[in-house]
Amino acid sequence: MTATPLITPRRSNTDNVISLSGAELAFGDRILWQGLDLELGRGEFVAVLGPNGSGKTSFLRVLLGQQHLSAGTLLIQERPPRRGSALLGYIPQHRAVAPQTPLRGRDLVRLGLDGHRWGLPVGDRRTRRQVDELLEAVGAKAFSDRPLALLSGGELQRLRVAQALATDPAILLCDEPLLSLDLHHQKVVAELVNQRRRTHDTTVVFVTHEINPILEMVDRVLYLAEGRFRFGTPAEVMTSASLSSLYGSPVEVVHLNGRLVVVGAPGSHDHGGEPSA
Amino acid sequence: MTGDIWQQIFNYDNYGELLVLVRNSLIAGAMLGLVGGVIGTFVMMRDLAFAVHGIAELSFAGASAALLIGANVAAGSLVGSILAALIIGALGVRARDRNSVIGVLMPFGLGLGVLFLALYKGRAANKFGLLTGQIVAVDTVQMSWLVGTSAVVLLGLAAVWRPLVFASLDPEVAAARGVPVRVLSPVFMILLGLSVAVSIQVVGALLVLALLVTPAAAAMRVTASPIRVTLLSVLFAVTSVVGGILLALGSTIPISPYVTTISFALYLGCRIVGGGTTRRARQVAESR
Ligand SMILES: Nc1ncnc2c1ncn2[C@@H]1O[C@H](COP(=O)(O)OP(=O)(O)OP(=O)(O)O)[C@@H](O)[C@H]1O
Ligand SMILES: [Mg+2]
Repeated sequence: MTATPLITPRRSNTDNVISLSGAELAFGDRILWQGLDLELGRGEFVAVLGPNGSGKTSFLRVLLGQQHLSAGTLLIQERPPRRGSALLGYIPQHRAVAPQTPLRGRDLVRLGLDGHRWGLPVGDRRTRRQVDELLEAVGAKAFSDRPLALLSGGELQRLRVAQALATDPAILLCDEPLLSLDLHHQKVVAELVNQRRRTHDTTVVFVTHEINPILEMVDRVLYLAEGRFRFGTPAEVMTSASLSSLYGSPVEVVHLNGRLVVVGAPGSHDHGGEPSA
Repeated sequence: MTGDIWQQIFNYDNYGELLVLVRNSLIAGAMLGLVGGVIGTFVMMRDLAFAVHGIAELSFAGASAALLIGANVAAGSLVGSILAALIIGALGVRARDRNSVIGVLMPFGLGLGVLFLALYKGRAANKFGLLTGQIVAVDTVQMSWLVGTSAVVLLGLAAVWRPLVFASLDPEVAAARGVPVRVLSPVFMILLGLSVAVSIQVVGALLVLALLVTPAAAAMRVTASPIRVTLLSVLFAVTSVVGGILLALGSTIPISPYVTTISFALYLGCRIVGGGTTRRARQVAESR
């Protein structure tokens, strides 16, 4: 039980990949978060947690340049964010593909390479080789020629990881990519992302409702709730005291078999692994 | 008696002479098949089959209004379709909203069309043709309009092909990758409106689906390769229209039953062939 380390040693980061200072996001007079200062370095793995509607997806949209901050500044590798930047890869939550969609596994991956370009998909040998390499990297070779609609959720998420890696991004943004996967495939997909971070020093921002499948990978946690936030190592943020003050009401964090269970977070779910209603 | 009906449905006296007369129609039909087959795959991917039907009814209203006031029928149908396409595109971003918007628009369009036709005192064949299709000897003016519009649709689709596929499959990921998802949507609806307007000239408003949906739906039954789906869909659509024109020649019956029957037969065939493949693939998937 005590064998599971909650804190992975944080590396010293001189070059910041993402830096936010005094960042605020508000819609109308509703403030999602404010006064956010954070610097994320190469190879850092950050989990973004929080109840529904706390602004996790909006946080990713800010990083993607699709949503402007209401105040403060954001720099991605020392530059303002840019829409469609190849520096960022994006893995969405799993959604089933409509039956009879005329695309196969490799076609989905290829969209990550050249889906944003105008014109017809005329393929050359180089594109094909690149797609093959990406498929290889996530172990999706075996089902790369099968119709998307026939793939399982886990297989589809593997392909979406490969798609996101197509531009060899410095940052991987994941928006609940484990949702509706079984425990085994949660592990598999999280491990793929983590492996990429280890081999390529990719910075990972991982939005999730469920921290346990990634607990061992996480360097720091950004916890959003009630228009406020907590940012720090899991050991700093995921405590009863820290979350109680964040929510402004008593919340308990229980350690159970090396897992974290948050009990009593208002309007929230437990991070326990049991499917929440 | 039965022989009589048969004579009406299939009559090939003077076939050679007729064939010369409809040469332009055949070329036009092939062109329409090409357009319908290509845009059909996107219609299916974007779940817009019902929208095609809705656009067709408003296009019909536009055409019959033009007929009534003596304006250009093709122009009237074009105005109707583009308007309908843009309204459906703007009001119905999510599928549920979209279907209710179409459900409201469609009877309104059809009603307007019926009103204009009732007021129209000209040739009855003109009226009927708008709904159920006709092969008139396409004159040069119509021909150039048809070819021109088709070319616009095909070139437009070719230009936006990759981002359109991306946005149709995964709009969020596409947007994250810099695809202008919000611009592509109305652009596609305009191209769709144009396709419906040209198709109506031949197959009529009621049966546009046979050209813009059935061939692509059939192709998707037998393959998931994007290239093969497009090629097959075009092949099916062209076969339906050209085959329909050839069979309808010389009979007194409108062209649409021939077109729809061929395209439905192709669909059935694909279902039978594809049913087996899909089931096998599923078994393979499950046995892993
Ligand atoms: N463009 C927008 N205009 C106005 N309000 C918005 C906009 N985008 C998001 N919001 C609101 O901001 C809040 C946060 O949304 P967001 O999608 O970021 O939440 P989330 O933390 O990802 O929630 P979930 O866990 O449900 O995915 C929501 O209440 C949402 O309605
Ligand atoms: Mg979200």
